[in-house]
Amino acid sequence: MSDNHSIKLTINGEEYTSSVEARMLLSDFIRHELGLTGTHVGCEHGVCGACTVILNGRSVRSCLMFAVQAHGQQITTVEGMAAEATDLHPLQEAFREAHGLQCGFCTPGILMSLIPFLDDNPCPSEEEIRAAISGNLCRCTGYQNIVTAVKLYVERES
Amino acid sequence: MKPASFKYYAPESLEEALVLKAQYGDEARILAGGQSLIPAMNFRIMQPTILLDLNLLAELSYISSRDSAVLHIGAMTRLSEVEDDPLIADRVALLHEALPYIAHPQIRNRGTVGGNIAHADPAAELPVVALAMDSRFRVQSTNGTRWINSIDFFRGYFETAIGPSEILVEIEVPFHAANTGWAFLEVSRRSGDYAMAGIAALITLDNKHICRKARLVYLNLSDAPLEAKQSADMLVGETLSDELIKQVANKASEEEIMPMESLHATVNYQRHLACILTKRALELAYGRAMET
Ligand SMILES: Cc1cc2nc3c(=O)[nH]c(=O)nc-3n(C[C@H](O)[C@H](O)[C@H](O)COP(=O)(O)OP(=O)(O)OC[C@H]3O[C@@H](n4cnc5c(N)ncnc54)[C@H](O)[C@@H]3O)c2cc1C
Ligand code: FES
Ligand code: FES
Repeated sequence: MSDNHSIKLTINGEEYTSSVEARMLLSDFIRHELGLTGTHVGCEHGVCGACTVILNGRSVRSCLMFAVQAHGQQITTVEGMAAEATDLHPLQEAFREAHGLQCGFCTPGILMSLIPFLDDNPCPSEEEIRAAISGNLCRCTGYQNIVTAVKLYVERES
Repeated sequence: MKPASFKYYAPESLEEALVLKAQYGDEARILAGGQSLIPAMNFRIMQPTILLDLNLLAELSYISSRDSAVLHIGAMTRLSEVEDDPLIADRVALLHEALPYIAHPQIRNRGTVGGNIAHADPAAELPVVALAMDSRFRVQSTNGTRWINSIDFFRGYFETAIGPSEILVEIEVPFHAANTGWAFLEVSRRSGDYAMAGIAALITLDNKHICRKARLVYLNLSDAPLEAKQSADMLVGETLSDELIKQVANKASEEEIMPMESLHATVNYQRHLACILTKRALELAYGRAMET
């Protein structure tokens, strides 16, 4: 029993059309159909945050949405952060400088959580930064340098 | 794992959704925020054959104060919208205080008020808060609309009074009465996790600071939100003292709650948590009631 739907959506400013089975997760659509493998998949039950993308300006778990639900929506993935594929966004630059990542598995999800947060709250306190990334697990950094990276970015932007 | 196959409908009006629900009944599962349903489908704990996605129904997403005593929240309103609403922060402070305890920001961006209530997890925050406030729920089917009081709504683990052809469409939330103090507290292993124990408390005082009304409702200490009625009634007609708070906390935690042993907390530990949380919540709520 397969139930196919045609969808049209905008990812990183580019329009895509496709036919998807209803049960296809948005995370799998982004990775396997579009080849945008910057969006990572860790747990598929909403806990780890690695799959976080920006849907109409808000951070959401792409493993907890079906691709068919993204029909007509605007999505940003980590590939869409910087102006050019070879550039780094200033937030990515700050992560690099402050050692905000080690293996990098969690990083795309953390960046996708931080971008809308920093748009709403450009001068956050440390406590607010920690709350914003509380839904993202990192097994490497101990979070300290992630917070330092965000602070570095905030300082430079203000 | 990946979800099993299903037939997907995305109705464009509530009317259309109700017709489909009438046609398919229990076979058709409502997809709201998907933040509980999709994890269960990913693990194949649930394999619904038909999904009715309500995400296109803008008509079910609102926070409206058309009445001076109560607020109405549409079932598809996202949890983050409730969290950011200034009127709720001001007039329904208990709800505002409980919201950040629900999961993580990214999940609140997608999860809905109706989904959190309809899912009826005994460890979820909104059912507990709703019962403490005497909220009512409006459910609809092609046969019409009915209101269900929160006391009749939650029936046990993941079970509610919503019928097979009905959809939860609206939650009614009364504004806090004058001189009312509130407190929502819980203990969980990590921030954003489901709590091991929690409490919602509301206390209304008269102008002599005598307690006229008290509600104590517990999270994850039974198979549904649990109200400790007898313990709360001990407060009514009294001025709060440390001794009285201690007696109430002991009674609620020893006699009224019905905790179930879990991987993370023994029954004794849950009783201990309930006792401490009751004391803290009563002190906080009482202090706030004196200030308002
Ligand atoms: C990692 C993680 C942590 C979480 N932590 C918490 C937590 O600490 N506390 C907490 O309360 N929740 C927690 N949640 C659950 C989250 O709050 C869910 O959003 C919520 O419980 C369900 O809302 P939803 O809109 O996503 O519903 P869905 O997942 O779409 O639906 C849940 C159930 O309710 C039914 N349903 C939904 N809407 C309606 C309706 N209008 N009428 C009839 N039936 C309906 C569905 O058919 C389904 O059975 C967590 C989730 C995750 C992934
Ligand atoms: S893969 Fe989506 S939250 Fe872990
Ligand atoms: S850098 Fe390895 S998980 Fe975060």
